[in-house]
Amino acid sequence: MANLAWKSFKGIPLVFTLIWIVAFSAALYLMDKSVIAFLGILSSIVLVYYTNASKTIKMVIGAVVLLLIIPLVAGENRYYMEVASQVGIYVAMALGLNIVVGFAGLLDLGYVAFFAAGAYAYAIFSTSQANEFIAGNLFPLSGEWFWPFLIVGLIVAAVFGILLGLPVLRVKGDYLAIVTLGFGEIIRIVFNNLDKPINITNGPQGITPIPSPELFGIKMGTPFYFYFIVLFVIAFIVLANIRFEHSRLGRAWIAVREDELAAQSMGISLLNTKLAAFALGASFAGVVGVIFAAKQTFIDPTSFTLMESIGILVMVILGGSGSIPGVVLGAAFVTILQVQLLKEFSNFLHGLQNSGLISLPNQLDPSKFQRLIFGIMLILVALYRPNGLIPAKRKKNDLDSIKNSEFGKEKLGILGRLSQLTSGKQS
Amino acid sequence: MLAPFPRENKSSQRNECRKFVQVYKRNEGWESMINILPQVLVDGLTLGFMYAVVALGYTMVYGILEIINFAHGDIFMVGAFIGTEVLLISDALGALEGMNPFVALFITLIIAMVLTGALGVGIERIAYRPLRGAPRLVPLISAIGVSFLLQDLVRFTEALARNEFYLNSPALFTGSIPLGSIATIPTKGLIVIVIAIVMMIALTLFVNKTKWGIAMRAVAQDQSTASLMTINVNKVIMLTFLIGSSLGGATGVLFAQNYGTIDPYIGFILGLKAFTAAVLGGIGNLRGAMIGGVLLGLLESLSGAFMGPLTNGAFGAEYKDVFAFSILILVLLFKPEGLFGEAVKEKV
Repeated sequence: MANLAWKSFKGIPLVFTLIWIVAFSAALYLMDKSVIAFLGILSSIVLVYYTNASKTIKMVIGAVVLLLIIPLVAGENRYYMEVASQVGIYVAMALGLNIVVGFAGLLDLGYVAFFAAGAYAYAIFSTSQANEFIAGNLFPLSGEWFWPFLIVGLIVAAVFGILLGLPVLRVKGDYLAIVTLGFGEIIRIVFNNLDKPINITNGPQGITPIPSPELFGIKMGTPFYFYFIVLFVIAFIVLANIRFEHSRLGRAWIAVREDELAAQSMGISLLNTKLAAFALGASFAGVVGVIFAAKQTFIDPTSFTLMESIGILVMVILGGSGSIPGVVLGAAFVTILQVQLLKEFSNFLHGLQNSGLISLPNQLDPSKFQRLIFGIMLILVALYRPNGLIPAKRKKNDLDSIKNSEFGKEKLGILGRLSQLTSGKQS
Repeated sequence: MLAPFPRENKSSQRNECRKFVQVYKRNEGWESMINILPQVLVDGLTLGFMYAVVALGYTMVYGILEIINFAHGDIFMVGAFIGTEVLLISDALGALEGMNPFVALFITLIIAMVLTGALGVGIERIAYRPLRGAPRLVPLISAIGVSFLLQDLVRFTEALARNEFYLNSPALFTGSIPLGSIATIPTKGLIVIVIAIVMMIALTLFVNKTKWGIAMRAVAQDQSTASLMTINVNKVIMLTFLIGSSLGGATGVLFAQNYGTIDPYIGFILGLKAFTAAVLGGIGNLRGAMIGGVLLGLLESLSGAFMGPLTNGAFGAEYKDVFAFSILILVLLFKPEGLFGEAVKEKV
């Protein structure tokens, strides 16, 4: 990117964005199973973000794309909705981790543990699993319970977050990363082996069948419904992120991130700010975990590995840690890369293989090269874009307007008054 | 969903544990525990010395650059693969026939050490050097990237060459030496311990007696002052990576000899445990890393063998990783400077 081009870049013209959206939705409507058209629709959100228009217009266009166009055009297609809700789940998780890593600067490599806590909370009590250790035959709960369990998952994960956060106050930097990684692995191993002496998590067999959410007797088992549930949760999380970022607490997080000692000496309580960051980030993951459990209808410890934690971290760092649009973009990009692009590429190669152009051993299937791609991405991001694709913008205060405001006129403090008095005497 | 993290293949260790459990079931109670104790200690020592040598690599790099070289465990893994491949290829060529196993092991070790040393230097050059002076988290992220990259590259090449990425290493030493009537030590285990001790002694002598060793210690103490004293800091850092990585690679060869089966994912968990050992002994401290490694190996072996029987099977050997990580977390919480390290005062 030439810097000059960026300087003069005002944003994409509104007309262009609208044409883009219309063209791709038409394409998606007319052609069935066109992945490119679907990606075009999804990427239109990024275009909208960069469009040269007022905030309200952008919000309206974004909402129309997400709430009307995608469900109307792609809603019939299970696969598209599956991908879209998958993207949504990861966006929500990445936004949760963004609070911990991006705002508070605490590198957490065990984030998936909170996700697991939420997922298991719903899974255990909504299936007959809970009968194993709770007397009476109260379970399984019906899908109506999904909604209260969103709150339960949030609370359970937040408690986990505080438990993990308490020791965190003593360790810093990369030690913290290792400790959280250890915690994540410990939790996974514990979940994997808690089928004895008391069967709580059913161990490696996992828990199934987890009921789908129900509302007024409507079963919401399809990706179409999950898309909306996830969208609702994302809206909530984004709103929370934005509100927190510029709140007193959010500014305290950023101060702690920039310099712990300085923040402490300015009277910021490290304990409260760090614990709040951990609890909040964790609670968002817990909510997403409940949704994930309901969506998959089956969970076992293999969904909560270190790989997941690293994946979410990649999303945050690639997008730009601490920058909300960046994190959304990073999460969407990485998820689509995994869920769709690699699969498509695999299918393409398989097609070539079937036509006899190339021979492809099974081991070289591109969809198996997740780590390689993660690794290369991490190295490149660390070397060339340590602030991510959309770096976080610091809110700038206009100093002149502060000076000229009614509060800026009066010199405060004893010294100020003294100098006024002495200058008055001399004159 | 993202691909599941492959289960580490430690079948041999699992078999050991199963053996203990069977032994335990045959004759209930404390007596059997006392009976298998020597064997458990021997196995723990073998594992512990491996941790110790890998921990040295972590500790050296941390002492000089203050970064956790996350990829070190994977350098160990690459060493294991290089060693195994050398043996497999020479076996296929018939070169191992009639060769003294000690000579074969020595040659394999040298090849693996040279290659992994070069790999370590390359990683430093590409992924760490441009990031000097960056915030602490950036090199860590890059290191995680390198670690993943190495895992998949090894998997890729092995899949291409052999169509599978689990390798069985040809065993050079199959005998075992009885230690009185209480336990036997497999020859391969003894060789692991001996070579590990030799490497540790060599490293200690190098660091304490040679000019380069003094330079390393100087750089670890204060980089800028060292560079003013005409020490070439970049060269010293390269040397550190070279030595640390080649020790790691050599340990990889020993691991493959000792446990037989290797896969591209052995490095990660073992690396974490070696790092735990380094932290336990006090990171940046060579003696601490050695003692920490041996301690951790013993603890892990003991917990793997006795945790099941002591808790009536409620918490069996599958919790031994939990045990290791718990030690790590507890040490970092209550004594972050470790057993032998010095507490670092934060400079403002």
